[in-house]
Amino acid sequence: MTHLFERLSAAARPLASRPTTSPAPTRRDVLRIVGGAGAGLTIALALPGAAPTAALAAEEADDGKTFAPNAFVRVTPDNTVTVVIKHLEMGQGVYTGLATLVAEEMDAAWEQVRCEHAPADADLYNNLFWGAVQGTGGSTSLANAFLQMRRAGAMARGLLRRAAADAWGVGVDAVDTAAGQLIHPETGERVPYGQMTARAARLRPPSPESVPLKDPEDFTLIGRADLRRKDAPEKVEGRAIFGSDVAFNGLLTALVLRPPRFGGTLKTLDASAAQAMRGVRAVFAIPRGVAVVADGFWQARKARMALKVEWDESDAVRVGSKALWDEYRDLADTPGQTFRDDGDVHAALAKAASSVVEATYTVPYMAHAPMEPLSAVALRTASGIEVRAGSQVPTLDALAIAEAAGVRPDQVTLHTLYAGGSFGRRATPDGDVVAEVAAIARGLFERGIAAPVKLVWTREDDIRGGRYRPMALHRLRGALDEARRPLAWHQRVVTQSILKGTPFESVLIKDGIDGTSVEGVIDLPYAIPNMLGDLHGPDPGVPVLWWRAVGHSHTAFAVESFVDELAHAAGADPLVWRMDLLADHPRLLGVLMLAANKANWSTPLDAGRGRGVAVHASFGSFVAHVAEVTVSASGVTVDRLVCAVDCGLPVNPDVIRAQIEGGTCFGLSAALRGRVTLDDTGKVVQSNFHDFEVLRFPSLPPIEVHIVPSAEPPSGVGEPGVPTVAPAVANAIFAASGKRLRDLPLKLG
Amino acid sequence: MVRLVINGSAQNVAVDEDMPLLWVLRDTLGLTGTKYGCGLSQCGACTVHVNGRAVRACQTFAADLDGATITTIEGLAGPVADAVRTAWIDLNVVQCGYCQSGQIMQATALLARTPRPTDKEIDAAMSGILCRCGTYGRIRAAIHAAATTLGG
Repeated sequence: MTHLFERLSAAARPLASRPTTSPAPTRRDVLRIVGGAGAGLTIALALPGAAPTAALAAEEADDGKTFAPNAFVRVTPDNTVTVVIKHLEMGQGVYTGLATLVAEEMDAAWEQVRCEHAPADADLYNNLFWGAVQGTGGSTSLANAFLQMRRAGAMARGLLRRAAADAWGVGVDAVDTAAGQLIHPETGERVPYGQMTARAARLRPPSPESVPLKDPEDFTLIGRADLRRKDAPEKVEGRAIFGSDVAFNGLLTALVLRPPRFGGTLKTLDASAAQAMRGVRAVFAIPRGVAVVADGFWQARKARMALKVEWDESDAVRVGSKALWDEYRDLADTPGQTFRDDGDVHAALAKAASSVVEATYTVPYMAHAPMEPLSAVALRTASGIEVRAGSQVPTLDALAIAEAAGVRPDQVTLHTLYAGGSFGRRATPDGDVVAEVAAIARGLFERGIAAPVKLVWTREDDIRGGRYRPMALHRLRGALDEARRPLAWHQRVVTQSILKGTPFESVLIKDGIDGTSVEGVIDLPYAIPNMLGDLHGPDPGVPVLWWRAVGHSHTAFAVESFVDELAHAAGADPLVWRMDLLADHPRLLGVLMLAANKANWSTPLDAGRGRGVAVHASFGSFVAHVAEVTVSASGVTVDRLVCAVDCGLPVNPDVIRAQIEGGTCFGLSAALRGRVTLDDTGKVVQSNFHDFEVLRFPSLPPIEVHIVPSAEPPSGVGEPGVPTVAPAVANAIFAASGKRLRDLPLKLG
Repeated sequence: MVRLVINGSAQNVAVDEDMPLLWVLRDTLGLTGTKYGCGLSQCGACTVHVNGRAVRACQTFAADLDGATITTIEGLAGPVADAVRTAWIDLNVVQCGYCQSGQIMQATALLARTPRPTDKEIDAAMSGILCRCGTYGRIRAAIHAAATTLGG
């Protein structure tokens, strides 16, 4: 980890040696987002003078002994296969997943495979579902790279076989491979891949699309549940380097004092006391507040407390959660913008007026609170800026860094490090933490302080820093026909847009509807003849962001709770009622029935106990949860959660299980504990884990995950485990107690 | 100046009176395996062993530790540590991994005193260490597996 430091002292090696005549473009100049088919979003980038940072794979291949047939695979003479991972490893297992795909087609032994993060280079490492942007999110990593990684591995295997065939003077088709070895067709001799790298490196790689792939029946790694995670050894030994862990001599630490209310700006700063403190190197204003730079965290923290500032709060958010809920409820009394309209809901509701069921559901603002608070390291020099961070969208981050640092995009070098959780928090359209560290590095450079700097957010900065899952209110009205079947469903959604004001607005907000506000409702799968959905998108000024499962995290709670309420009104079993209405959705039905069977749905429970079910599709996958709870005078205990998931071909069954367990735990934490509220003056009430409660060890019930066998293309698992947890638990509480809880976090009485 | 034995090596370390051990480890000594998560003893990411006991380094003042023996994740060794790490890897416990230094320091301290912990004892010992990825269930299984390996 001495890369930055070497750059600093050597300074001889310029970060970029390209012409410096063109003015630095702004992000809006270079970021054009255009609509596309299929994945729904294509982002076109036009970087003046931009050349990709050299692909690591190709660079190291120059030694003549390393075999690097493409940007994703490198084999060295020591028989190590390095897989270059184009996505951020933030816990979801993407190292293991993408390495499995490469190793499978390459016939590599799992033990010889290691992984490393790709450099920021959208030409080589873009997310194929996102056009020209390198990034991780939307549970797309394995799905978008499924064929790409397999082809990369198959290409490597094909070239190694050709190299062996040449060396042995035999036909290429006769050379077989197994577990990282080439097998001589006549002698049976086995030669490790590492011994053939120099010869293979001289061969011309074919086009990736021309490479034949294995028949799924021949898979030996894909589908295996006993593969060990590639990132585990260094993480259990404390060796893994997260963004917060970059450490070397001369590294300074920065903390930032930010305004106490969203939208505030700095009016006056008296830094004299802070500047006089031991270990403090610089104090200066940056666009987001005041940066305090010191020798270490502790000195910076103490100096930050000594700052005297006045804030200009003329544009600040001064509204509290209570007033916001009043506003949201008022809005729900008036029609919003229609996003779905089947049949004639109003006529149907009028006709079936005696059977109308009405309910309102709410979910609060929610912080992501990854265990690693946000952090990033940067060094600005005359020739550019170098940044290290757990970057979730390097392409957007690099543009934000350039703008904040006052350099051109091609003068940015961005290294991706492990992230200690994210859940969406590190994917920000404006760069957020990396833009902040770039502004600080620029400030140091302009003051003649030639040292790299690490920006650390405290937990308080994190919980109070905004970018929350938006609060949401759903008002539902439903009606049954004479046969007690659903006749009408009207869902009015009130929630703040995530995409408004971002570069994504022009594409992803269609006809005024932010897709992330209504996902899970706009595609409501239940067979109901009259269905109306409308949306209000108030903008209170609180910064919001995608939080694990995004809109599904609230829409599924409302939809799956209300389905239960209608089933109850119809006197039907909630499972049977759902099955009847999902007859045309075999994959939803599949997970519903699997979860119900594994949870022994029809076995009676003791008094005070109850089961609830919920089913939902998100990110291309299908999930059902059955919750078992006990309701007593002391409150709700969740006794068991049974989950079924259909995510297409299960590439790494144990990673899938771990992600669904993790999503379930995350969803349960939000269902029972988590919330961010604003006091009546607009300040965030919570600040750390004592008042922003998350699930602790003793509260986690046993979680069972069952995977539906499938040959469909793989789909996401990072997020889909979240949405069904809260409604399954709420429905179980109703079954146990007759009490219908409609507000998260769920609280009895 | 305090005298500390850190991961087996005796060192004299200059520390501020009010500086938590966490920042001595991370910033002064470069031992970044010990993590910052909250600064308030609420999350346990900074758990280390001081004289064999699991403590939260963010609320332990280095100046109070003269003569103490400190073990961090980087220096954790021995049969219990080996059994715990093997179980962690075999059961794919780790996700993001940020909390796992603290989880492993707490789990090894538990197993050193309670070779065959019950679920209730595991709950009590581990409740101070937060994980946002949802690895609690696997941690429980890995602690039981390590206990079995150790013959507890």
